[in-house]
Amino acid sequence: MTHTPSQAPAKMFGYDFTLAGARLTALPQRALWWAQQSLLCVSDLHLGKSERHLRRGGSPLPPYEGEDTLSRLEVLITALQPDTVICLGDSFDDTAAAQVLPVEQKDRISQLVQRSNWIWIEGNHDPQPNGFGGRYLAELARDGICFRHIAAPDFCAAPRIEKRTSRQETAQLQAEISGHYHPKAGLRGINRPAFLLDQQRLILPAFGTYTGGLHSRDPALSTLMHPQALAILTGPRTLAMPMPRRRR
Amino acid sequence: MCALPPQIETWFHAHDWSLHPHQQQMLARASDPATLLIAPTGGGKTMAGFLPTLAELADGAHQGLHTLYISPLKALAADIKRNLRRPVADMGLPIRIEDRTGDTAQSRKRRQRADPPHILLTTPESLALLVSYEDAARTFAGLQRVVIDEIHALAESKRGDQLMLALTRLQALCPNLRRVGLSATVDDPDAIASYLARHPTPCTVLEADPGPAPQIAMLDTAKAPPWAGGGAAHAIPAVLAQIKAHKTTLIFHNTRAQAEIFFHNLWLANEEALPIGIHHGSLDRVQRERVEGAMQRGELRAIVCTGSLDLGIDWGDVDLVIQIGAPKNVKRLVQRIGRANHRYNAPSKALLVPANRFEVVECHAALQAVLADDLDASPKGPGPRDVLCQHILIRACAGAFDAQTLYQEVITAGAYASLSKDQFDACLQFCANGGYALQRYDQWQRLIQRADGHWQLRDPRARQRIRMNLGTIQDADLLKVRLKNSRGGKPLGEVEEAFAATLTPGDTFLIGGRIVRYEALREMTVQVSRNASKKPKIAVFSGTKFATSTELSARILEIFSQNSWPELPKHTADWLALQRGSSQLPCAGHLLIESFPHEAREYSCIYGFAGRNAQQTLGLLLTKRMEELGLDPLGFVATDYATLIWGLEPLQNPDPLFEINALRDGLDGWLAGNAVMKRAFRGSATIAGLIDRNLPGGRKNGRQATFSSDILYDTLRKYDPGHLLLEITREEALRGLVDFSRIEEMIQRCAGHITLQRLDRISPLAAPMLLEMGKVPIKGRAEEKLLQRETEALMRQSGLEGLT
Repeated sequence: MTHTPSQAPAKMFGYDFTLAGARLTALPQRALWWAQQSLLCVSDLHLGKSERHLRRGGSPLPPYEGEDTLSRLEVLITALQPDTVICLGDSFDDTAAAQVLPVEQKDRISQLVQRSNWIWIEGNHDPQPNGFGGRYLAELARDGICFRHIAAPDFCAAPRIEKRTSRQETAQLQAEISGHYHPKAGLRGINRPAFLLDQQRLILPAFGTYTGGLHSRDPALSTLMHPQALAILTGPRTLAMPMPRRRR
Repeated sequence: MCALPPQIETWFHAHDWSLHPHQQQMLARASDPATLLIAPTGGGKTMAGFLPTLAELADGAHQGLHTLYISPLKALAADIKRNLRRPVADMGLPIRIEDRTGDTAQSRKRRQRADPPHILLTTPESLALLVSYEDAARTFAGLQRVVIDEIHALAESKRGDQLMLALTRLQALCPNLRRVGLSATVDDPDAIASYLARHPTPCTVLEADPGPAPQIAMLDTAKAPPWAGGGAAHAIPAVLAQIKAHKTTLIFHNTRAQAEIFFHNLWLANEEALPIGIHHGSLDRVQRERVEGAMQRGELRAIVCTGSLDLGIDWGDVDLVIQIGAPKNVKRLVQRIGRANHRYNAPSKALLVPANRFEVVECHAALQAVLADDLDASPKGPGPRDVLCQHILIRACAGAFDAQTLYQEVITAGAYASLSKDQFDACLQFCANGGYALQRYDQWQRLIQRADGHWQLRDPRARQRIRMNLGTIQDADLLKVRLKNSRGGKPLGEVEEAFAATLTPGDTFLIGGRIVRYEALREMTVQVSRNASKKPKIAVFSGTKFATSTELSARILEIFSQNSWPELPKHTADWLALQRGSSQLPCAGHLLIESFPHEAREYSCIYGFAGRNAQQTLGLLLTKRMEELGLDPLGFVATDYATLIWGLEPLQNPDPLFEINALRDGLDGWLAGNAVMKRAFRGSATIAGLIDRNLPGGRKNGRQATFSSDILYDTLRKYDPGHLLLEITREEALRGLVDFSRIEEMIQRCAGHITLQRLDRISPLAAPMLLEMGKVPIKGRAEEKLLQRETEALMRQSGLEGLT
């Protein structure tokens, strides 16, 4: 285990933890910071959500979520100056939504993408490249950690056989970081978007403004996570707690 | 006067019945475009409403729908169907009568649209749905009359506004449609009349003979009522004696909690095991129906109930009505009294039971008002715009429409008569594309304008979605209180929404004999945690569901201004005299504030007489102001008449407290972040069609796809603070939840006439307020004893012990 001198700026009230030997910080802004790699990771931006909602026969939701999501992302990037930014899938609510975003939002995205080594991971909502530059990947492996949109239920840290990736990588993969589920958790009826963490897996909360949540008690999440998993609640500051599960 | 067809005439003769005068009048005025009939319960009101229909249908010539009957309750529609089919069959009239509610089978509903009966009995929601169909014109072809039952009840809610908008559609489809409203006694028949009629068409108002004046009195009890509280336990023996002396007694309470406690006590004292039942809205439907059945069969001697029995379903022979606690509202009292003696021309008999000494004055005021036939007004604001938004969407479901034509239609509803074209356009824009300051939806509007200028749904699939989310019924105004834990929480009881509105996390309050800490408002539930260590910050002592009406408050102030009170029981008269001697009695046009030290705290009591909700809000705002002014307030408690605030510093100069603008600023800040404001937003956003309550087919994995209305609210506040929905939300919150208008009214009324009475000890009038606060109690039954002990101690301290 290595010492990591520079974690996230203190005022960010993040939660530091180690995953597969990497020192990571869960930020209360619903983003992940890997200081040693200068890597910022966010998931499920769902840009263009209100537009898609209306396009599909829904009501006209206030069209400000893209602006809000991008503003918050810009604040983070300005504060942290990351070398690498990973958007962990479902960055756009669908492929069409990416095309019809207002010009001003498109410009802001393009500018962000140019500022760093930008990686789009594909998600179920955005299975095709979006034309905003950066790299577009199905998955990414870094230092034994796999970044993908949806957690692989059968993922197992090396040295066990991992079916979903090629043989060479398998030997190295120690952990998996994903999004997709928009996990939330809490106590006393206060539920907040949350990171879910166990020895080999981290699931990120959704970063987008119009994103609901799936409670950690849902079987989809409680079967994925180890019984001793943590939930790291976001909000004004991060708060870690044993991941709430349904009582038997 | 129009003659009755022979079948009906014969039937009346055979029963040896003759028409009531108002039934004859209804026949005579059958061709009027709008008629409002005001008749007491049991006055043959429904028959009066239907007689013209039966007469017109008697020859069997009419094809299709003739009369639409609308009631606020499904049960009432079913009840009327039974009660109407029987005489129609006896008379041998060729009339088909059917009902259509949420309970009607789909296949039947479809058939009704293609082949409607002569008389269709339905609810406002089912009518709105019918109007939304493309074939509405065919369904309603030939419609002659619409009869709206219990219109006074519908007029008080958004359901009525939706109904009246639906009627504007019907009127456009059937220009000769005649409207009939059936109402219980109301304060302002003209207001209901203009609500009913097609604006500006005049409306005939027929008032039936109200029958003999009710026999109404205060119940004499052997024991004097206590100083505070709402249980009326002192009256149990006297009430039991009345039950024995009558055939069937209805015992009304203002809250469900009070009804439960009273029922429990009554049952304990019921040594002869008289059959007594309980009925209120929180009870399970099965249990309610069992009680209703027993009631109709005449098996019950008494029924302890709340407002759930207020509407006009026929419960059989009630010969006495008892009202426990001050009725708070004269109109409601009169309607309740009307439940006794369902037979026309027999006087209703009613008894009032004040639950505490203040209520003695209050009940006396109500009694005077009933005898003077002085009902309270319930001023109605303009038609709510969230309902209008839904109406526009409903209209779009039925086919393309012209905006100007629809606007002209809408303003024929009395409640929307003053709606400006700009306001209408804003609602239309909202429906079409959200109406946001930042216009982004250029190609995917919900409503689009065709080349010919007509508006239509862009995506016809949206119809199903809109229809599924139709209606204005919001959650009940009671919120469940649950102890928060990981298993979902133990239910503790219910509190009024208005009370929940005043809570911020960390506040402690008393419920079910224990002190709890407010944690959060989630969905329909107030989540609390146990908190045994602290004094309750705000106490729900016996939460009154209704705020006292302005009229009743005025009468109480009038009673206060008398020189002596020979008509009041001695204990109460002595109490008022003592107050006059040691401080003063509040009077109209002045705002009395008492300030005094008590048990090492400084108290201020503000006698605003503005009703509980307003006094509660006032407490919240004043404590904020006092904080700003360095008076170190510690807490407050509110009743219908006063707000009692305690803190560390004495109040010497009240004027800066009542600066209206500062108060309003406080309200804005308080409201904006308040959980109840978010609830109001959710309500309006749902009615206006921004948020779907139901989605077609549901979704397997829907939860991560949904987002909370709170996020929409926050986003709108941040990026579009002037948006229509926020405007509507504010309007709703200011009007319904916190009664700020009554505070403004009070401050204006008393401007420059604020009297501060600095006392060296607690005043007789304020002493019961202190009890409302509820010191940390011992749980359960001992609570009453403790209260009694504390009551007596307080009375000694304030020099009141000599009186009883």
